[in-house]
Amino acid sequence: MILARVVGTVVATRKDPRLEGKKLLVLKPVSPDGKDEPGYVVAVDTVSAGYRERVLVVAGSSARMAEGCKDTPVDTSIVGIIDDVQMG
Amino acid sequence: MFLGRVVGRVWATVKHPEYQGVRLLVVQPLTADRQNTGKQIICADSMGAGTGEVIYWVRGREAHLPFLPHEPPADAAIVAIVDTIHLAGQERGEPC
Repeated sequence: MILARVVGTVVATRKDPRLEGKKLLVLKPVSPDGKDEPGYVVAVDTVSAGYRERVLVVAGSSARMAEGCKDTPVDTSIVGIIDDVQMG
Repeated sequence: MFLGRVVGRVWATVKHPEYQGVRLLVVQPLTADRQNTGKQIICADSMGAGTGEVIYWVRGREAHLPFLPHEPPADAAIVAIVDTIHLAGQERGEPC
């Protein structure tokens, strides 16, 4: 899993029917010590995350194990909202 | 499977219900001679590993298997704590 920060939302009208009702968020990956990492990802939100929140992101086929994502065309899911990271 | 070192810990209250009671640790991937390599990642811990310990971890769909019958949506999990690493050319394994 990686950590990421919510930086925006995605709206899509024409999409796979199995994605209907799913909230899509734009995420900026961050390192555990809080620095931004290059690139952005779009993920399905299963924990009602909000703007600027730090979240736990699962990628690959494990993303389909998230709540309500079984048999859906999803490869990145948000499965937790981070309270705190302690290094060392 | 990959070697890594536990370098931190993550707390999350709001999470997938199957994650209840599962520890989340920050892992720095290591090479065989224990040099840091690649980006730090978050692993679900099935072993009770602590900060500073050398572990090995799996990635992909298999990462939920140590937690059966629970199925947390994990793509990386710690599956062992390493005692020694023995490389070719060394007389004996080096304790971690």
